Amino acid sequence: MSEGAGEAIIHVRDLTVGFGAVDVIDGLSLDVRRGEVLGLVGGSGAGKSVLMRTIIGLLRQRRGKIEVFGCDVGGMRAGERRAIERRWGVLFQHGALFSALSVRQNVQFPMREYLNLSRRLRDEIAIAKLEMVGLDADVCEKFPAQLSGGMIKRVALARALALDPEIVFLDEPTSGLDPIGAADFDELIRTLSRTLGLTVYMVTHDLDSLHAVCDRIAVLAAGQVIEDGPISTMLASDHPWIRSYFHGRRSRAANNGRI
Amino acid sequence: MDGSTGLAGDQLMTSAMPGGRVELRAQGAWTVERAADLEQSVGRALGASKAVRSVDIDMGAVARLDTYGAWLLERLVRDIAAIGGEARITGLAPRFHTLVGAIGRTNLAPPARIRHNPLVAALAVVGRATLEALLDLARFAQMTGALAVAFARIVARPWTFRLTSMVHHLDRVGWRALPIIVLITFLLGAIIAQQGIFHFRQFNAEFFVVDMLGVLVLREIGVLMVCVMVAGRSGSAYTAELGAMKMREEIDALRTMGLDPIAILVAPRIAALSLAVPILTFVGSIAALVGGGVVFWLYGGMAPEIFLSRLRDAITLDHFAIGLFKAPFMALVIGIVASVEGLAVAGSAESLGRRTTASVVKAIFLVILLDGLFAMFFAAIGK
Repeated sequence: MSEGAGEAIIHVRDLTVGFGAVDVIDGLSLDVRRGEVLGLVGGSGAGKSVLMRTIIGLLRQRRGKIEVFGCDVGGMRAGERRAIERRWGVLFQHGALFSALSVRQNVQFPMREYLNLSRRLRDEIAIAKLEMVGLDADVCEKFPAQLSGGMIKRVALARALALDPEIVFLDEPTSGLDPIGAADFDELIRTLSRTLGLTVYMVTHDLDSLHAVCDRIAVLAAGQVIEDGPISTMLASDHPWIRSYFHGRRSRAANNGRI
Repeated sequence: MDGSTGLAGDQLMTSAMPGGRVELRAQGAWTVERAADLEQSVGRALGASKAVRSVDIDMGAVARLDTYGAWLLERLVRDIAAIGGEARITGLAPRFHTLVGAIGRTNLAPPARIRHNPLVAALAVVGRATLEALLDLARFAQMTGALAVAFARIVARPWTFRLTSMVHHLDRVGWRALPIIVLITFLLGAIIAQQGIFHFRQFNAEFFVVDMLGVLVLREIGVLMVCVMVAGRSGSAYTAELGAMKMREEIDALRTMGLDPIAILVAPRIAALSLAVPILTFVGSIAALVGGGVVFWLYGGMAPEIFLSRLRDAITLDHFAIGLFKAPFMALVIGIVASVEGLAVAGSAESLGRRTTASVVKAIFLVILLDGLFAMFFAAIGK
């Protein structure tokens, strides 16, 4: 829970990731501290998703070092990787629920793979997780095709949390949700991060989320982190892109009464 | 009694019974890694708490707690309550309070399972399958109608026909299918000839095997084999393509632009198939005859000239024409089935797989059924 608060749980140094002739991430350094909610913003194509996918090992870096839980993610063997992967959960942008499995089976999938639990405990934990993300036990036997967009995200979050990870990676968690649903989801992430002591790494475009949830914001541009700090730092920054992002027309309503 | 439970030296929960109550002491890491051990410890603790009014659970020595540990603690409290006891949690570190509180709100109301009468369930399966078969028929008719409308519009305004698309598909289902079709029909012709010669030799009737080969290949086997291959090779591709487009809402996008997906996507594909299958049938039949001829020459000891002149006597233009006549109809059936199944794909990856399988199976079934109907028709008109 609060043990070791402030230590860097994700530690990225001089990272370069590229495709073909282009380096999308170019010499980037970033620390994520235990227990914080980090929001990552940046223009479309700035490399937010690429950075996240590199950290979780779906893409390979060209240069640089990524340490998660103090282990070098790049140079580890398959067994070590699995041990690390158990300790993080990922919510993909479109949920990525397994369409052939019911909601209950989706949430239980990581448990079945990694733990040797009784069926009763698996069922109970699945229901507890689903209720934690704000769903009823009734959805258990439904299939992903029968769920709304917001429910899919919630089930996907429950699956990401199935093994009680220490870090959750959220790729645009509120995209595709209506403002009320998005606000609920922000609230949920805030509550869960406090209740479970989670470290949250969140890629987002949602200014309301940044205000409501994030302890710290990192701005990505030209393959590097150009600014990093709480929302007040962002609002005070005079970098033109950050100014237009946080002071643009769409952001005024979000800023209202919170500065 | 001062019995302790849990793994020796690594206990997660120990119990003691001073006076009329039970004291449970939890310690260590109550986390997901130990979930299976924890469940056993909690089960034993519940056993120790039977027939006792008051149970104290001391959580003071628990170093780590996550949802698994919190739930098992909650379960223990609930189970003790269920057997008439009362559990008190003491010494819980303040940092765990929110988590235990959140887990405590879990409502385990088991989802109401509707029990089905097995007989009714079996009948329901039959009923659903029947309905599905009828619906299939309806969908087939609907697609045929939609295609007819689309082609009627194209005849009225020929410049709206997607010629480039059709040529592209003709390349895929026709030209690129040639090597495999030629290979398979060549082998088939060779096998028919070899078997015929082997068995007819006893009656000194090898000559008639040429008749059999010619009629069989040109009338039936050539077109059937090509259609089975095309259904497996191109029909499945059509279904998968259209299904993926359906899943990604491309079909809906076309509709909202006021365009008819049948005219744009299905018509060029079916036109390409209707052109390709007769050509493939022709080439395939020739390959089968060549394959038969080669076997007659090498295995049956019949010179190619004799084989050819015998073949010329045995077959008429009718046999050849009937085979080719059937081909476009069969192509139409394959194309329509593939399109119907493709457009019926729903959201999931599983649905795409099921529809693609259904497309191939139904297309092959219908092709053989159609061939039977044609055989009856041609017999009736005396050809």
